[in-house]
Amino acid sequence: MRQVKHICAREFISYFISPIAYIVISIFLLITGWFFFSPFFLSNQAALRAFFLLLPITFSFVVPAVTMRLLSEEINVGTYETLLTLPVTFRDVLLGKFLAATAFTAAMLIPTLAYPFFISFLGDMDWGPVAGGYIGAVLLGAAFSSIGLFASSLTRNQIIAFIIGMAICFFLTLIDKMLFFFPSSIVGLLQYIAAGYHFENISKGIIDSRDILYFLSLCFLGLYGSHLILKKKY
Amino acid sequence: MINVQALTKYYDDFCAVDQISLKISKGEILGLLGPNGAGKTTTLRMLTGFLKPTSGNIHVKNFSIEENSLEIKKLMGYLPESAPLYHEMLVFDYLTYIANIRELNADQRNKRINDLADLCGIREVMHKPIGELSKGYNQRVGLAHAMMNDPEILVLDEPTSGLDPNQRVEIREIIRRISKKKTIILSTHILSEAEATCNRIAIINKGKIIADDKTEALKKSEGGEYFIHAALKNTSLQKVKKELESINEIVKIEKENDGNKVLHVKMTCRTDRDLREDIYRKVKETDWVLLELYQEAKTLENIFRELTKENE
Repeated sequence: MRQVKHICAREFISYFISPIAYIVISIFLLITGWFFFSPFFLSNQAALRAFFLLLPITFSFVVPAVTMRLLSEEINVGTYETLLTLPVTFRDVLLGKFLAATAFTAAMLIPTLAYPFFISFLGDMDWGPVAGGYIGAVLLGAAFSSIGLFASSLTRNQIIAFIIGMAICFFLTLIDKMLFFFPSSIVGLLQYIAAGYHFENISKGIIDSRDILYFLSLCFLGLYGSHLILKKKY
Repeated sequence: MINVQALTKYYDDFCAVDQISLKISKGEILGLLGPNGAGKTTTLRMLTGFLKPTSGNIHVKNFSIEENSLEIKKLMGYLPESAPLYHEMLVFDYLTYIANIRELNADQRNKRINDLADLCGIREVMHKPIGELSKGYNQRVGLAHAMMNDPEILVLDEPTSGLDPNQRVEIREIIRRISKKKTIILSTHILSEAEATCNRIAIINKGKIIADDKTEALKKSEGGEYFIHAALKNTSLQKVKKELESINEIVKIEKENDGNKVLHVKMTCRTDRDLREDIYRKVKETDWVLLELYQEAKTLENIFRELTKENE
């Protein structure tokens, strides 16, 4: 298990050695900043609601961009062989990489803490939804990271990994917005699998064990799926 | 030390390794020799636990690769073909990372990295990104990576491929330096290299072992051929052929070149006996002038070609 720590640290640092980290973080901050602040003063509310409403959509393409290289690059360059012939198991490798990606998405959220800080001067801020929103954002980031990791285990091509990861994340984000297209018998089920729905609950400040369980099980599914793929391939 | 039994690997319906059995004892340097696509890399990958065999068994010491692959990986150091390493990392950072994964503590780690820097000659590139290294240095960092835990068994997949002759000699020198205390398995398709570094050679072709013996024994193996080269003056190829073909064991006489009125011939001999004496006697009876006469020891190259051709 100690190997998880070293693999995670290496992955996390390697994000910041290459320009990827800085590009992804800038794009993320630009997009969320612009879409959050351009209508901010019209709504006349000192709240982060609009920011969190937007987050699942931005995460849907930013997180797969973060995770796309995790396994694809290693498989493509061949470093995967050097890694797996060290005394590590699939579990160590996957957990390490997953935690690194989750830590990176969390790091990406740190600059956005400036929003609630400065907005709190403008009016009476309700901190509950803000705290809930950030907890939800980290959980969402973790769940999407594990999906991205799964997509990355499928192929040696990073672009394909990105597109597959993005497709799954967008599906989970948008499905609850399209419920009226579906027959009422499966609406309940679709709503339950929608990441957007669960995230909205948490970002309202209601931390329900059902929502937390949902995100944790997404993480588990992603990791387990990648484990199966790796085991089958090697 | 290592016991491989009926190891087989299929990629879909393609049989890459077919029922290979090998026993490797401690201290041996085994060279796996074979043409490209013979199954060398696949064999090594199964040995190091990277690929699962379709059938067959590998035991290292008392560990079986199926149940104790983690323990086996701890005993082994492996350098994959062309040493794929993380390009963006600095050499020092990379070696530190490997030391951490190998569970060395801080003191051991610094000492080991220091030792390896000298042993592999990578001290001057320690603080360069791996991606900027030349092929030779990359390979040496790979060797350092493989030797981080001072493994009992070292597995090297084509350690000198793609290197220039000087670098090749350097890598070979490193291998020789460490070989005293270790069991080494290396694959190569360069024959002279196997000859120079290994004390036992297994030739693989199409997934099967077709020869496996001590290097010396393999070179002396019976029924083979060797060459005698001669430089003669005052004669012609026809005359030489006429005179020397009366020795039965000489199966072929070829002209190599004739500059300056000196005729160089190469005679293929099929015998265990040294024919130089017979040739000298024959030449003495004529008025030719003998300038050179030497025997070319049977090289692995000849053996290799013979063995791999038969199976075509």
